[in-house]
Amino acid sequence: MDKQELIKKLEEQARVLRRDIVEIVGVGLPGHIGGSCSSADIVTALYFYKMHLDPKNPKKIDRDRFLFSKGHAAIVQYAALAELGYFDKSELKKCKSLGSILQGHPDYRKTPGVEANTGSLGQGLSIGLGMALGLKLDNIDRKVYVIIGDGEIAEGQIWEAAMAASNFKADNLVAILDNNELQATGPIAERFNTNPLIPKWESFGWNVIEINGHDMGQIIDALDEADNVKGKPTIIVAHTIKGKGISFAENAVEYHNGALTQEAYEKALAELSC
Amino acid sequence: MSYTNQRIAYGNALVQLGRENRNIVALEADLGKSTMSHMFQQEFPDRYFEMGIAEQNMASTAAGLSLTGKIPFIHSFAVFSTGRAFDQIRQTISIGRLNVNICGSSAGLSDFGDGSTHQSVEDIAIMRAIPNMTVFCPVDANETGKVVRAMAEIDGPCYIRINRNDYENVTSEDTPFQVGMPTVLKDGSDIAVFAIGIMAVKALEAAKALEGKISLKVINVSTIKPLNAQAIIDMAKDCKAVITAEEHNIIGGLGSGIAQALSKECKPIEFIGINDTFGCSAHSYDELLDYFDLTPESIIQAAQRLNKSKY
Repeated sequence: MDKQELIKKLEEQARVLRRDIVEIVGVGLPGHIGGSCSSADIVTALYFYKMHLDPKNPKKIDRDRFLFSKGHAAIVQYAALAELGYFDKSELKKCKSLGSILQGHPDYRKTPGVEANTGSLGQGLSIGLGMALGLKLDNIDRKVYVIIGDGEIAEGQIWEAAMAASNFKADNLVAILDNNELQATGPIAERFNTNPLIPKWESFGWNVIEINGHDMGQIIDALDEADNVKGKPTIIVAHTIKGKGISFAENAVEYHNGALTQEAYEKALAELSC
Repeated sequence: MSYTNQRIAYGNALVQLGRENRNIVALEADLGKSTMSHMFQQEFPDRYFEMGIAEQNMASTAAGLSLTGKIPFIHSFAVFSTGRAFDQIRQTISIGRLNVNICGSSAGLSDFGDGSTHQSVEDIAIMRAIPNMTVFCPVDANETGKVVRAMAEIDGPCYIRINRNDYENVTSEDTPFQVGMPTVLKDGSDIAVFAIGIMAVKALEAAKALEGKISLKVINVSTIKPLNAQAIIDMAKDCKAVITAEEHNIIGGLGSGIAQALSKECKPIEFIGINDTFGCSAHSYDELLDYFDLTPESIIQAAQRLNKSKY
């Protein structure tokens, strides 16, 4: 497939995932729409382009691993897993209901394709490092991809993991920072400023790639570039828009974990229809 | 009587396990010469991860290693491996029911010189309260190796509480160990003393001192969770009263567990332990145990009170 065709196909897939997100959240109950939509293009590129996976054999040893450290955005991962056939798409509508295999945050024991329990913020990068070290011990040439949030990096453990990953030269660990600039209560730069990001990660010994996190071409180029980095972990700092793809939810803090009215639900679905 | 050390027994057992199973890995937070994880490092440098003084990252990294099929043992002093890394142990390791094994070394008051910041009076309570967690407190060095072996085999998280100091073995290398099964160290008929760790040694001393006056049955409860309630009931059945003895806060530890197990048995219970206070520095372990009344005399006095009372 030529690159333009691939990008087009992935963009279409991302639209489908965003539509799934809206359907999962539904009407009247809160859901993490904003952070799921900001990660949607990256998640699409990972699941539908980059990662070596086998949905029929989710535990296949020779596979890449994905962790959503910002686990509250799990619904976009659930959408991807359902689209790939890890479980039936009918499960999506049961998300967060009693007895559902799809919990409010990723659950390794309940959801096929989920690699670890995450959601207590700041821990996913460390878990990913452990996986990366385990894969190296077994000489399995696969990668571990971890999406972290820009609000999340206020957690001290992120920086413990950042130091440890470069200490262990974990070049099979790739972090993607979903830099949507909003945390639960408002703009990060105003609430608790975590900038400047690039020099911070560079000084912790990481290879840093900066991209527009909604430009599919840039996303796949960055993921490919990370393959060629040896001796250090890579972080892709992806500038994103919270709520991307749903006009009224873009940069709107109330959709960090907000409910949709019937009218808003229909408007969102209409915007995300082809 | 052989005086041995749980930490060395732990290190030896981990090395032996490492020889048998290449999936065993160890993670350390700069206390390897104290926890004795450095013994594993010497033989298996590639399977040993010095994580720096960063217990939280160590715990979550161990979770990741476990998810690639490794069987990690993580190490620090009990107060840090349980307290500093609590959320990491809870969130990914325990909810995920991962085979991550947590070593709480220098537990209780056994790091006598370092004082309250380094002495764990609440580690058992913390670990007991986490669903999916198995909690061990081996009674002596001989039992420690058997517990380490069991931890690797249990498909879920385990915590082991290790004493820093030398003291005598009360079991032999051949004494059978079964997860979840309390064992009678000395039979008796008047009062059942359920004890963990070094307090089992103190209980045996108390039993000897009371010989001919009050008959104490001394029981080693090295698996604190899951606590085998039926075995506890059966072992206490012929005794009129019960004593629990632990080097831990009386809130949330062995005593709480035993009291819950015996809640329908209508037996009076006395709790010997640390009375909801923090530790402090002392020049010797024995001096500190005396200061906190973790002594045979305390058990003797409790037995005398229970023996006199008409319940």
